[in-house]
Amino acid sequence: MNQETNNAILEISALKMYFPVTRGLLRRKIADIKAVDGVSFKMEQGETLGLVGESGCGKTTVGRCVLGLYRPTAGKVIFQGTDIAGLPEKKLRGIRRDIALIFQDPYSSLDPRQSAGNIVGEPLKIHNMINSRKEYLERVEHLFSIVGLDPGMVNRFPHEFSGGQRQRIGIARALASNPKLIVCDEPISALDVSIQAQIINLLEELQEGLQGLSYLFIAHDRSVVRHISDRVAVMYLGRIMEICKSRELYENPLHPYTRALLSAVPIADPFVEETRERIILKGEVPSPINPPEGCPFHPRCFMAIPECSQGIPPLRVIHEGHEVACIRV
Amino acid sequence: MAELLKVNDLVTQFKTESGVVKAVDGVSYYLNEQEIIGLVGESGCGKSVSQLSVMQLIRPPGKIIGGEVLFHGQDLLKYPANGPEMRAVRGAKIAMIFQEPMTSLNPVLTIRQQLTEMLVLHMKMNEEDARARAIELMGLVGIPAAERRIEGYPHHFSGGMRQRVMIAMALSCNPHILIADEPTTALDATTQAQLLELMKDLVQRLKTSLVIVTHNLGVVARYAQRIYIMYAGRIVESGTTKDIFQRPRHPYTIGLLKCIPRLDEEEGTKLVPIVGLPPNLINMPATCAFLPRCSWKIDKCFKEPWPELTPVNGNHFIRCYADTSEYKK
Amino acid sequence: MAKQAIINEFREAPPRVSEWQRFFRVFFQRKIVLFGLIILALLVLTAIFAPLLAPFSPVRGDMAESLQQPSWKHWLGTDIQGRDSLSRLIYGSRTALAVGFGSVILAGVIGVGLGMLAGYAGGITNMIIMRIMDALMGFPMILLALVISAILGSGLLNVIIALSVATLPGYARVMHGLTLTIRENDYILAERGMGASNIRVMFMHILPNSLPSMIVLITIQLGALILAEATLSFLGVGIQPPDAAWGAMVADGRRYLLTHPWLSISPGIAIMLVVFGFNLVGDGLRDALDPRLRGIL
Repeated sequence: MNQETNNAILEISALKMYFPVTRGLLRRKIADIKAVDGVSFKMEQGETLGLVGESGCGKTTVGRCVLGLYRPTAGKVIFQGTDIAGLPEKKLRGIRRDIALIFQDPYSSLDPRQSAGNIVGEPLKIHNMINSRKEYLERVEHLFSIVGLDPGMVNRFPHEFSGGQRQRIGIARALASNPKLIVCDEPISALDVSIQAQIINLLEELQEGLQGLSYLFIAHDRSVVRHISDRVAVMYLGRIMEICKSRELYENPLHPYTRALLSAVPIADPFVEETRERIILKGEVPSPINPPEGCPFHPRCFMAIPECSQGIPPLRVIHEGHEVACIRV
Repeated sequence: MAELLKVNDLVTQFKTESGVVKAVDGVSYYLNEQEIIGLVGESGCGKSVSQLSVMQLIRPPGKIIGGEVLFHGQDLLKYPANGPEMRAVRGAKIAMIFQEPMTSLNPVLTIRQQLTEMLVLHMKMNEEDARARAIELMGLVGIPAAERRIEGYPHHFSGGMRQRVMIAMALSCNPHILIADEPTTALDATTQAQLLELMKDLVQRLKTSLVIVTHNLGVVARYAQRIYIMYAGRIVESGTTKDIFQRPRHPYTIGLLKCIPRLDEEEGTKLVPIVGLPPNLINMPATCAFLPRCSWKIDKCFKEPWPELTPVNGNHFIRCYADTSEYKK
Repeated sequence: MAKQAIINEFREAPPRVSEWQRFFRVFFQRKIVLFGLIILALLVLTAIFAPLLAPFSPVRGDMAESLQQPSWKHWLGTDIQGRDSLSRLIYGSRTALAVGFGSVILAGVIGVGLGMLAGYAGGITNMIIMRIMDALMGFPMILLALVISAILGSGLLNVIIALSVATLPGYARVMHGLTLTIRENDYILAERGMGASNIRVMFMHILPNSLPSMIVLITIQLGALILAEATLSFLGVGIQPPDAAWGAMVADGRRYLLTHPWLSISPGIAIMLVVFGFNLVGDGLRDALDPRLRGIL
């Protein structure tokens, strides 16, 4: 890969996150939920990396590990040169200023007892970023107007706002500490279709306006991810199956899972739909407690051969910027 | 093809403490035999409530105020909601599949009990025959090892499997009409695709008509032959799928198509959001509900009440005063 | 285009319905809640103005006037010691309020604190705290209060302590459950993601969100506590004569029930009304603060 390492804002290396399943009073471990099972990728400054996959693929867990909300079982999470994977809470606090999070549910992501202004301004208080009340108010009002909310509504409570507006409050809160990276965890899937576009555009505008703002965009809606991301990584059962430029993923998907995933997305155009390849997979997504031997996708794969069950295929570079984890490609 | 269902001017209202919500405000549509139609709109547009009204499943504070639901020529609304006529229709003649597979199945009854319930009730089968038929149905919807699994409980099945059971239940008595309410939301992407294909397959085989209620324009583009676009309790555009996607005429439809990201879009396409917020259904003005968000509005729209559905060509109808004929994609 | 979107959003912003307006409207929706409020207001006023209202001293009796029937001089008669029953009734309101609020505050602070700590910390801390609470709850409240009172001796402060210990597991339990629920919300995760300290999360987010439920619980418990105090003094622990306490009055009057029924009945009615009043107000508060609690609290 021709990426300069000193430009990489985030580098994930062999990340593993296992959750033990315990039983009994003494909490004996009987199994592991292998939510993330060996994930590696790099993110440049100012880029938007999309993470797609179905439920159980581990994309949300990756997001939480990046934020330091989970302590990884193994691997490195190198943010701006520092490995935050095992960092104690105190050291992590300083770094938390630079990473922010936007949630899926606009209803549970805001404290119903706090005014919108206080919600947005909380990072300022936590990180001691302001010196006076006046400065605090100015900054909060500024944040409101950046995201398209009326600054006069700082004293209102979350339930007085619509779903789309609440999501804007969440975005304003994420921007408060001037982060370099925002992890967006399904930020629009709970919104109405006509409002989704407003939020997508807002996120894009913010990135254009604030130089160097990067997004890790985690979602299951592939059309949205395709639209907003520079590069996309496709995950399945805790591993990355394919990672490449956004356009490339649609025009030239290589991994059989990616192809099936894309064919499952209906396009709002009956003429296009008539001519598309339709790949219907057998079976269902297996549980992360018991992933299949070898390639995690092979039991459902339409291109599988016996060798697929022996050994996990590594992420290989097929051509520049395009990596695939499949021995049949 | 004979007309199976004709709904005329259906009106359903809900009394809330803030006022009357006109959830369905004069909806008329028809359904032929062996047809797949789509009812498209965002949350609150009345699409789900309209279908619940057809089944007379509306409970206080909701009430069906007026209209006709002509099923095989008989007005279903003339019968009491809990009477024997409606009970004979529900499940046996018109069946509905709901969005949430987790909560639509009774957790304390086995799958066999839930599947055979309908058969015993409507088809007057005895337990043995019903069980055999239930196993047959499970095979039909693609549940493996049906003989063994039929005695299991809902929590033994995954989300996708449960939805299949729902489909099996709905189709068990060979209904004339199957209504699928938001069938794509609660499931994984690839599972969604499997289930939609399954439903299409089955309705073709069993010669059932299908009503897909959804906010996803891609799904109707792929499966529906005719679609009805709903906004604020009324149908604003109707016609064949190809017609509507090729030449959308209502400003809302045009707006929707411009603001959803497409998997096959050109690099750098900008989404054009629909400005404003979804309508507040309480105390709606007499003028067009879409007016505050419309880019095509003319003087007439401010003065006159909401227009009637008027044809623009052949079977293509819209509810609009403005001339949108120059709009080309 | 974006600007237009913003301007349109402003125009569509929902009108502000004052939180307080809505609260009062729901609170007074049922007229009977008003009745409860009146009773409580009377209670508080009686307690405050007791010296002005009571015609006689509640503790000093005139043996010459012993066991009088209700008359114009003594509206509710006198007890065996010649003490005016009405005056004792009036001063008894002070005891009732002191015990009620005192116990509730003490039990509330400790119980809520422990419950929140247990729910938030989880693990061993949770196990230890909640098992202790379970053990305490295993004892019938009155029995526990009796035992503690017997150990500590009689007197207002000891009664308050005894009742607090007996009731705080209830608060801890409810708070524990609430903490577990609130903890799952995304905004708590957001706080942690921002680097908020645990103390901040607990006191600025978990506590304010559980306050409505706790307030309802506390209000309803007040009535029960007053009743408990009455039971204790009836049983001979807690407040003892010559101090005026309603329960003790009921106990004393027991022997004369057939001849001087008002000695026991009047404090009994007072207890009943006050408990009723607290329950009504508690219900009203619950409906106004969080109607989803109906059936649980």
